Amino acid sequence: MTSISVLKQRERQIYQKGNQPFEIECETKSLAGAVSQRACVFCGSRVVLYPIADALHLIHGPIGCASYTWDIRGAQSSGPELHRMSFSTDLSETDIIYGGEKKLKKALLELIDKYSPKAAFIYCTCIVGIIGDDVDAVCRQVEEETGIPVIAVHSEGFKGTKKDGYKAACDALFSLIERNKAPRVTIPDSINILGEFNIGGETWMIKKYYEAMGVKVVSVITGDGRVDEVMQAGNAALNVVQCSGSVTHLAKQMEEVYGIPYIRVSYFGIEDTSDALYQVAVFFNKNPGIIKKTQELIKEEVQAIIPRLETMKKDLEGKKAAIYVGGAFKAFSLIKALKTLGMEVILAGSQTGTQEDYEVLRQMCNEGTVILDDSNPLELAKYSVEKDADLFIGGVKERPIAYKMGIGFCDHNHERKIPLVGFEGMVNFAKEVHGTVTSPVWDLVPRRQKAAGKEGAI
Amino acid sequence: MTLRKYKDTPSYTATQNACKTCTPLGATLVFQGIEGCVPLLHGSQGCSTYMRRYLISHFKEPVDIASSNFTEETAVFGGGANLKLAIENVASQYAPDMIGIATTCLSETIGDDVPLILNSMDNTIKGTALVHVSTPSYTGTHVDGFHGAVAAVVDRFNPVDKRIVYRPKKKKKINLFPGMLSNEDLRHLKDIFEDFHTPVTILPDYSERLEGPSWQEYQAIQKGGTPISAIEKMHVAVNSMEFGAVLALAAENGQKTAGDILNKRFDIPCTRLPIPIGVKATDRFLDALSRISGRPVPERYRKEKWRLVDAYVDGNKYVSKKRALIYGEEDFVVSMAAFLAEVGIIPVLCASGGKSKTFKKALEQTLPETLIDQVVIQNDMDFTCMEETAAGMPEDLQPEIIIGNSKGYAMARRLKIPMVRVGFPIHDRVGGPRILHVGYKGAQQLFDNIVNALLTARQTESRIGYAYM
Repeated sequence: MTSISVLKQRERQIYQKGNQPFEIECETKSLAGAVSQRACVFCGSRVVLYPIADALHLIHGPIGCASYTWDIRGAQSSGPELHRMSFSTDLSETDIIYGGEKKLKKALLELIDKYSPKAAFIYCTCIVGIIGDDVDAVCRQVEEETGIPVIAVHSEGFKGTKKDGYKAACDALFSLIERNKAPRVTIPDSINILGEFNIGGETWMIKKYYEAMGVKVVSVITGDGRVDEVMQAGNAALNVVQCSGSVTHLAKQMEEVYGIPYIRVSYFGIEDTSDALYQVAVFFNKNPGIIKKTQELIKEEVQAIIPRLETMKKDLEGKKAAIYVGGAFKAFSLIKALKTLGMEVILAGSQTGTQEDYEVLRQMCNEGTVILDDSNPLELAKYSVEKDADLFIGGVKERPIAYKMGIGFCDHNHERKIPLVGFEGMVNFAKEVHGTVTSPVWDLVPRRQKAAGKEGAI
Repeated sequence: MTLRKYKDTPSYTATQNACKTCTPLGATLVFQGIEGCVPLLHGSQGCSTYMRRYLISHFKEPVDIASSNFTEETAVFGGGANLKLAIENVASQYAPDMIGIATTCLSETIGDDVPLILNSMDNTIKGTALVHVSTPSYTGTHVDGFHGAVAAVVDRFNPVDKRIVYRPKKKKKINLFPGMLSNEDLRHLKDIFEDFHTPVTILPDYSERLEGPSWQEYQAIQKGGTPISAIEKMHVAVNSMEFGAVLALAAENGQKTAGDILNKRFDIPCTRLPIPIGVKATDRFLDALSRISGRPVPERYRKEKWRLVDAYVDGNKYVSKKRALIYGEEDFVVSMAAFLAEVGIIPVLCASGGKSKTFKKALEQTLPETLIDQVVIQNDMDFTCMEETAAGMPEDLQPEIIIGNSKGYAMARRLKIPMVRVGFPIHDRVGGPRILHVGYKGAQQLFDNIVNALLTARQTESRIGYAYM
C-alpha cells in the first residue's frame, strides 16, 4: 500500500498513537481537491431538522440540494410524514437573474395551503446567498399571512462546514421555541431529549427507558419530532444531549436564556447507555424513586442481553475495527461498544472532531491506532489496509472503500434502518458486526486470497 | 389529433419529489466513464459529497469526486485560487490522465471564468489534461450535464486543426455515444460490436470502473473507462452513432452534441437513433450497424430476436391493453414507451423531469398514431404531479403498472400499483447497474419482468393464489 501517499497539507490532520507528542490539526476547512467525506452547511442543517415530521421543509435553490436529500434518513415518524417529501423552489436561470423571492413566496403559500404544516423551514442554499434574496423578509410575510411559524435556515453551503449548518439549525429551532409565548412552567423530573433522530425507531426505545425510570420526556429534538412538542421544550428541567456536535449549541442557548442545564450523553453501547440513564437519575436525586427504578431497569436490561453478546463475542475476540464517523462523540461510544465485543480499534476518525475530542480518542485507543480528522477515501483505504481491519464502521461513502478491500462493514450513519441505541440496540449492533465480520465471502476476495497464499487472486 | 395531456395535470410553483437531479451529476458520471479521469466540481464541498452518495447508492462502488471547496471568501473574491489548488491536489493524490472539471450553480453565478483559469494553466497539469464543462445547476437537468460533458470531452480531444492522418478503410471504426445507459447495457453494446467485428469507441463507458472486482490493493482510480487515446482518435471513425430521440431533436435545433462536433469538423456522418429498446428499435440499430460496418447481422442476434418475438407471443394476453406509467430521463422514456407499445401495453402516462421542449414531439414521432391519443405526456414533471395525475385519471384509464427508477417507489406504494425497476437510479435494490435494457436480450428481460410483475400482482390479489399462469 505504499502507492497511496498522503497530501502534504493533510499530514497534520493524521496522528498515529505512539511516542511522538500528540498534535492534530482539526476544525479547519476541508482542503480543496482532497476529496473530503464531509458535506456542507446545508447538510448539517438538513439532518438536524429533517425528522420534524409535521413541518414543511422547503429547500430554496436549484434542484440538486433537494433531490439529494429526499427521504435520505431512516428517521421514523409515528404520525405525519411530511418530512419524507422533498420540496424545492427549483430555481432556474431567470430566477437567478431576477431573484427568487417571488417564487419562494408563491411556493410557500401553495405548499402551506396544500399540506397544512405546523411550521415551515426554508433552507437557503449556496446560490441564495449570492443572488441576495431576502429570505427572512419573505418568511415574515408568509408567517403573517398564514399564522404558522415560517423560519429561514441560513445554511448556504459555502458558509463554513457541516458544523455551521448544525448551528443554523439550532438557531432555527430556538427561534421556533421562542415563538411559544405561554409562560414557562418547569415540569418536575422532566427532560428534553436532544440530538436523537429516531433512526430506525431509536427515539422510541430511549423514551421507553425514561418512562420506566419515571422521568417525563417533554420533547425530543428532533426524532419523531412535532412542531408543538418542540415548542414546549422550554418547560423541561434538564436537556439531555446526544450527538453533541449537532445540538449542543441549542442546549447552550436554552441554558443561557431559560436556565435549563444540560448534560452530554450517548446511547450507543451498554456502558454509555447505562451511564446516560444514571446521569439523568442522579440529576433528579431529589426523587429517590427514579434512581431505584433506573438501577432495576439497567440490571434487567443488561442481564437480558449479556448471554447473547457473549455468544457473538467468541467469534469477534481480537478482530480489528476502523471507525470513521461524522462526530467524534459517536466514535467514543463505538470504541467502548467494540471493546464489549472483544474487538480492538485500529483507526478512528471523524469529519468534525475538536482538539479535545481527539485527545479523548487518543487516550481511549491502543498504541499504533491511527487518528484522522476530515479524512478522504485514499487515506481511509491506506490505513485500514495497513492496519488490517476486519471491520469498518461508517456511512454510505465509506462502505465501498471497505468492501473493495475485503473488509466487513457496519452502517452507523443516518441511512441505517436498524436501531442501534440502548441495550436492545447493542444486540442489533453486535449482530450487524458479527454478521459481516464472520461472512464467508471474505475468504473469496482477492486480497484475502493473496494473504492466504491462494492461487486465483486477480 | 387531440391530446389529453396538460389538461389533467396539476401545476405547482415548487417542485415536489423531483424526477430529475442537477446538471453537474451527469457530468461527473461521464467523467467516471473515462479511463484515468477524476471528476472535480468547482463549488461547495456538499455538491461532490451528495453526488458521490447518490452515485454510490446506485453503483455500490467507490465514486471519488473532488471539490474546489468554496468558502465565503472564495464566493466573494472568486474561485480561481481554490480551483488551482484543487487541481494540484487531485493531480498529486491521484496522478490522473485527466481531470474533468464541472461547474456548479455557485461558481457559475459568481461568474468564475473557468476556461480562462484553465487556459492560464495551458489546460494541463503535469501531463494531466484539464477538461471543463459548464454545468450550472439552474439550467437543465443531470441529462444535460451528461451530454454536455460528452461534447466537451470530444471537443477537447478532437480540435478543429487535428490533421486526419489515416482513416482506415478496412477496419471501419465507429464512435458510439450511448447516453445514460446501465453498465450491463454498455457491456452488451460492446459485445454486439465485437460480434460485428467492428471496432467501437463508446463514450462514456463506466461499465467496468463502476462495477469492477474487489481488489488486492486499493486503486486510487478504478480500472476501466474509455481511454483518452481512443477519444483522440474519434475523428478518424467512419461514423458516429448517437442514441436518443430527444437528443436528436435537440441537435436538429442547434444543440452541439458530440456527434455533431465530429460531423462539422471532420465530416463524420452521425447516425441518430433512439435508444435501442425493444424489437423495432433494436432492428433499426442493428440494421444501421450492419450498413455502416458492411457486415451482416450475426446469426445469434437473429436467434435472439425470434426467441424474443416468440416470448412476446407467449405473454401477449398478460400485457395487451395493460396501462403503464413510465418516467425517467426523456430519451429513456421515449424508447421505453416505444417498447411497451410494441408489446401492446399503453403507456398512459409518460413523464419526465427533463425540460427539453421536444419530449412530446419525440413521443409523437415514436408512438403509433392510434395510441398517442391515449397517452398523457408531460415533461418538467415531479413525482407528486405524476401521482396526482395518475390518481386523478378515470378508473378504467389508470395505470396498472409503474415502470421507472427506484425514486417512484413511494408513489407506487401509495397508489398500490406494481412496479418494475429500470433506469437510473436504483437506490433500493442491488443490481441496478446490471439491469439490461437494450438489444433483443434487454427487451427479453424487460418483458419477462413486466409480465411477471403483473402475474405476481394478480397472484397476490387472488383469493386462491393460482399455482399456474
